[in-house]
Amino acid sequence: MSGFISVLSREIRLSLRGGGEILTLVLFFVIVGAVVPFAVGPDKALLARIAPGIVWIAAFLAMLLGLEKLFGPDRADGTLALYRLADIPLSAVVAAKVIAHWLTAALPLILASPALALLLAMDGETFGRTVLSLLLGTPALAGFGAIGAAVTVATRRGGLLAPILIAPLSVPVLIFGVGAISASGGPDQAQAAALLLAALSLMVVVLSPFAAALAIDWGED
Amino acid sequence: MTIDTTPKMTWWNRLSHPGQFVALTRPLVLPLALLTGVLFAVGLWYGLFSSPPEKYMGDTVRIMYVHVPTAWLSQFVYATMAVSALGTLVWRHPMADVSMKAAAPLGAAFTAMALFTGSLWGRPTWGTFWEWDGRMTSTLVLLFIYLGIVALWRAFDDQLRAARVVAVFTLVGAVNIPIIKFSVDWWSTLHQPASVFRPDGPTMPGEILTPLFAMFFAFTFLFVTLQLAAMHTEVRRRRITTLERRAARGDLK
Amino acid sequence: MIALGAHAEFIISAYAGVFIGLAALVGWTMLAARQTKRRLEELGDGQRASSSAQ
Repeated sequence: MSGFISVLSREIRLSLRGGGEILTLVLFFVIVGAVVPFAVGPDKALLARIAPGIVWIAAFLAMLLGLEKLFGPDRADGTLALYRLADIPLSAVVAAKVIAHWLTAALPLILASPALALLLAMDGETFGRTVLSLLLGTPALAGFGAIGAAVTVATRRGGLLAPILIAPLSVPVLIFGVGAISASGGPDQAQAAALLLAALSLMVVVLSPFAAALAIDWGED
Repeated sequence: MTIDTTPKMTWWNRLSHPGQFVALTRPLVLPLALLTGVLFAVGLWYGLFSSPPEKYMGDTVRIMYVHVPTAWLSQFVYATMAVSALGTLVWRHPMADVSMKAAAPLGAAFTAMALFTGSLWGRPTWGTFWEWDGRMTSTLVLLFIYLGIVALWRAFDDQLRAARVVAVFTLVGAVNIPIIKFSVDWWSTLHQPASVFRPDGPTMPGEILTPLFAMFFAFTFLFVTLQLAAMHTEVRRRRITTLERRAARGDLK
Repeated sequence: MIALGAHAEFIISAYAGVFIGLAALVGWTMLAARQTKRRLEELGDGQRASSSAQ
């Protein structure tokens, strides 16, 4: 367990010291959301209607952005090889990295979402549901991201490949994430979507460290 | 009298040796190709010339004779890949790698054809080439998964290493496909309540089943033939890589 | 050719598209097979599949 904690704290310390990496990510998230009104026009009613989708797309893209940092640097400096030899199983290391990835790439976005809510003319109730659905859904994105990063870490030109691989897998997360916010299907449907989103997140977070660890292990030797 | 002590190869062992696999299955390719050709001829004859238009769909039912088999293959090929991926991960079966790699581009091609014929059927029937209907949308997502797997294969230099990583991803995809299907169905019913043609209404008369079955088996046997041929090619390609590496190291024997 | 009704162009383009696609698939498979066979012969390993079977 101490190994798990030390990997977790190492990851968090690395990204805090990384020279404003988190800030860049948050900036990207807000800018993607703020660019949309320029594309679709400043019609407040329209913006309020599509705001949940915009927030989710911005969060999705921002989380894809940080994927290469998940295993790439560790493989380059040999840390990944040491992790494979460590006392704790590789899946535990990956789990720690998934949690750290969520804490450093998803939580800041959720904290920054009030800015987007203001710009996109969301009302208070919708904003509350948005924060809830982001909290429920982003762990699944982090888990899928870990799988995508793990299967491409051993390739020479993996850069754009991981987002391409996990975008189709993330379709249910987006569907239920937006479904949990928008009231188009009535409150029953929104609640069902939120529950399904939570179930999906739990499943992905539990299973993805094993799949990712398997992919890393077998891609390396 | 001597006792033969050389170990006998079971058919399973023979299948797991690439050279033996090729020797064993090469004679199957030509008969399979001929069978496929005959089935296509029968299917085309019935499909385009010798069957009446359907009661509700009219002549557009003829598109179904190429749409249904490709849509079936888009899922069957993924099942083939998932079983091969299990073979790679669990038994380390050498031919499972090869089968997985050969199937990916075939699956992508059949899925693209299913989408193409589906949208050509949708234009006269629904009045639009593309409808965000549950089945069409999940087929589109499936196509993206296939293309991602093809891209992943190509990103690796070492194909043995690639095989195991792709196998993990293929199985992750196999677990996800039902979830994607379910979520897309939920989403499409939310956005456009039942306006779409439902095939479970009238039962299909025999004159429609004949071309449908002929085409169904024609496409399936075409896949089996192409899969075997592509596997043979892949075995040779790996042999070439080995020989080229050996030549580059300079120890030609 | 029989009359295909009001939507003949859709039916014909569906069949044409699918069979062009199938022809491309078959052609690509055969081309790849031929190329690898030729390359193996260049490397002097034409009979390998039968000789190493033992």
